[in-house]
Amino acid sequence: MQAPIAVLWMMGANTFQVCCTFGLTPVTPTSPSFSTAPTASQGMKPSVFWRLADDIPKPMSTALMVLSIAVPFAIWWLVASLDLVNDKFLPSPLQVAQALGRLWTDGFLLDDTAASIMRVTVGFGLAALVSVPIGIAMGAFASVRSLLEPIIGVVRYMPPPAFIPLLIIYLGLGEAPKIALIFMGTVFFNILMIMDAVKFVPKALLETTYTLGGQRRQALFQVITPYVLPNIIDTFRINIATSWSLVVVAELVAAENGLGKRIVLAQKFFNTDEIFACLIILGVIGFALDLSLRGLMKATCKWAVN
Amino acid sequence: MGGELGRPLVCRIGLVGSAHPTVLAHPIHPLHPSTPYPHPTMHLEINNLTKQFDTRQGPVLALDDINMHVETGEFVCVVGASGSGKSTLLRLVAGLDMPTAGEMTVDGQVVTGPGSDRGMIFQSYTLYPWMSVQKNVEFGLKLQGVGPRERREMASYYLNVVGLTKFARSLPKQLSGGMKQRVAIARTLASRPKIMLMDEPFGALDVQTKETMQQFMLDLWNRTRVSILMITHDVDEAVFLSQRIYVLTAHPGTIQREVFVNLPSDRTYTIRRDRAFQDYREGIMDLLRGKTTPALVS
Ligand SMILES: Nc1ncnc2c1ncn2[C@@H]1O[C@H](COP(=O)(O)OP(=O)(O)OP(=O)(O)O)[C@@H](O)[C@H]1O
Ligand SMILES: [Mg+2]
Repeated sequence: MQAPIAVLWMMGANTFQVCCTFGLTPVTPTSPSFSTAPTASQGMKPSVFWRLADDIPKPMSTALMVLSIAVPFAIWWLVASLDLVNDKFLPSPLQVAQALGRLWTDGFLLDDTAASIMRVTVGFGLAALVSVPIGIAMGAFASVRSLLEPIIGVVRYMPPPAFIPLLIIYLGLGEAPKIALIFMGTVFFNILMIMDAVKFVPKALLETTYTLGGQRRQALFQVITPYVLPNIIDTFRINIATSWSLVVVAELVAAENGLGKRIVLAQKFFNTDEIFACLIILGVIGFALDLSLRGLMKATCKWAVN
Repeated sequence: MGGELGRPLVCRIGLVGSAHPTVLAHPIHPLHPSTPYPHPTMHLEINNLTKQFDTRQGPVLALDDINMHVETGEFVCVVGASGSGKSTLLRLVAGLDMPTAGEMTVDGQVVTGPGSDRGMIFQSYTLYPWMSVQKNVEFGLKLQGVGPRERREMASYYLNVVGLTKFARSLPKQLSGGMKQRVAIARTLASRPKIMLMDEPFGALDVQTKETMQQFMLDLWNRTRVSILMITHDVDEAVFLSQRIYVLTAHPGTIQREVFVNLPSDRTYTIRRDRAFQDYREGIMDLLRGKTTPALVS
């Protein structure tokens, strides 16, 4: 049972050694007089692990990334299998896997995941559609900014879940209030972050455009917009996490289905293994969304990624 | 190249306030016949230009009563100490700022805003980072509604002129500073300005690259005879490149002297060793130091 940890540890250690041997060609500080004998202990000591704002060797980063998942998982496994905690409270990885299988064969897993994803897609999609033009307009025109920034600045500090009762009164118990919640919870942050990105478009780039014969409209659509595209994708990547938690909040309150609903039901029957299963699914899907937006960035904005 | 100008090697000084000559002191070389896209003729005139900035500390008079002109095919430099209003002057000509008093005309038309007839090269490299080098050079033409095929041809031509054909598909971030500035120059040339305005375009470059770029600029001008108004604080650069130099005083910026540089137009770096070159340089340096200069007084 300790075997997996040992293996991981050895693998990690090996990779470390490899990195250290080829990552550390000794850097001798050259003095201005080009003296051949390097003086000892002069200047900063070279380091691989603690390099500031710099890449580390690929094998080392891979090893660290594997550890990042493997260590918490191993601790969970260890604690669960030592029977320190009643497995009603802390199910083992195996039990969670079984719960996952059960949810899958019962068809709940697919239904609930699909329902949650649909809500996030529609709610966040609408927020994205609305926030791009408004955010760009607010960043580009001080007039639009003065008009909208105060109200958005206030409303965005009202916690979205506090609107749930109102949304239920206005929109009932169906899909509408959940989509509205996700929309409200993300649209303002999207707008403000896109606005900020537009403010950082170099003025010289716009002036160049004018002296090349460009009109304001062309500068807006052909210079400002492509310039902030990477920031827009990044904004979405950050804020889609919020929509992912809001959908669960909405489903915890009132829903027919969805991963949040599944968690509430599991709690009723004290099925902590199912709760764990749902949490893992939520994490994995969120991470996948994050990765795919990173992929989109790499594919569409090569110039902005190194 | 156009080295056959046969100018007398005599220092001539035009004093401030002298009626600006409509007939130039030296005939301008006709457009080079091998240029497939000849640059249009033009006449830039700046009359009684004054610019005052209203700051929190009170008004700052950046430019005071500036009179100058640039003719077709001329390479004119403006030199002056830091803070003498050189950038302000160029931004006014480009139409990016509005003057407090006075006016500028291009071919008799008053400048009221930026336009493609006055192309601008900034000191900071202003390439569009998401466009390839080729697309950057095409962009001005695209903005002006030129069709894709013609656009491609002209961009390729000017990329060849600046010697960067091989890098057409590269992104700006893959280029060195000097290469970026050459792309910016190609982009401006391709959009067919009447005059090219340059604000210390080589200020951020190292000494060797700067020298290469100066030679490149001179050769380019000899080949295309595009009209150029260039700002620099490097007197050596101004004498090396231009045919006429306006020397500005600082606080407020006024024109102290107009200097005609009577050196052959096909200069190479060796000209820096010539007595005449050094006389110009020292003379202008003295002007900037606030001395009257024996070297330049004829
Ligand atoms: N936007 C502005 N607001 C207020 N004052 C300004 C502004 N732009 C320039 N000035 C002032 O005008 C004067 C001339 O500035 P300018 O940038 O034109 O000088 P410069 O000759 O280009 O100097 P440098 O060689 O350092 O580039 C300076 O005193 C500066 O403080
Ligand atoms: Mg300046």
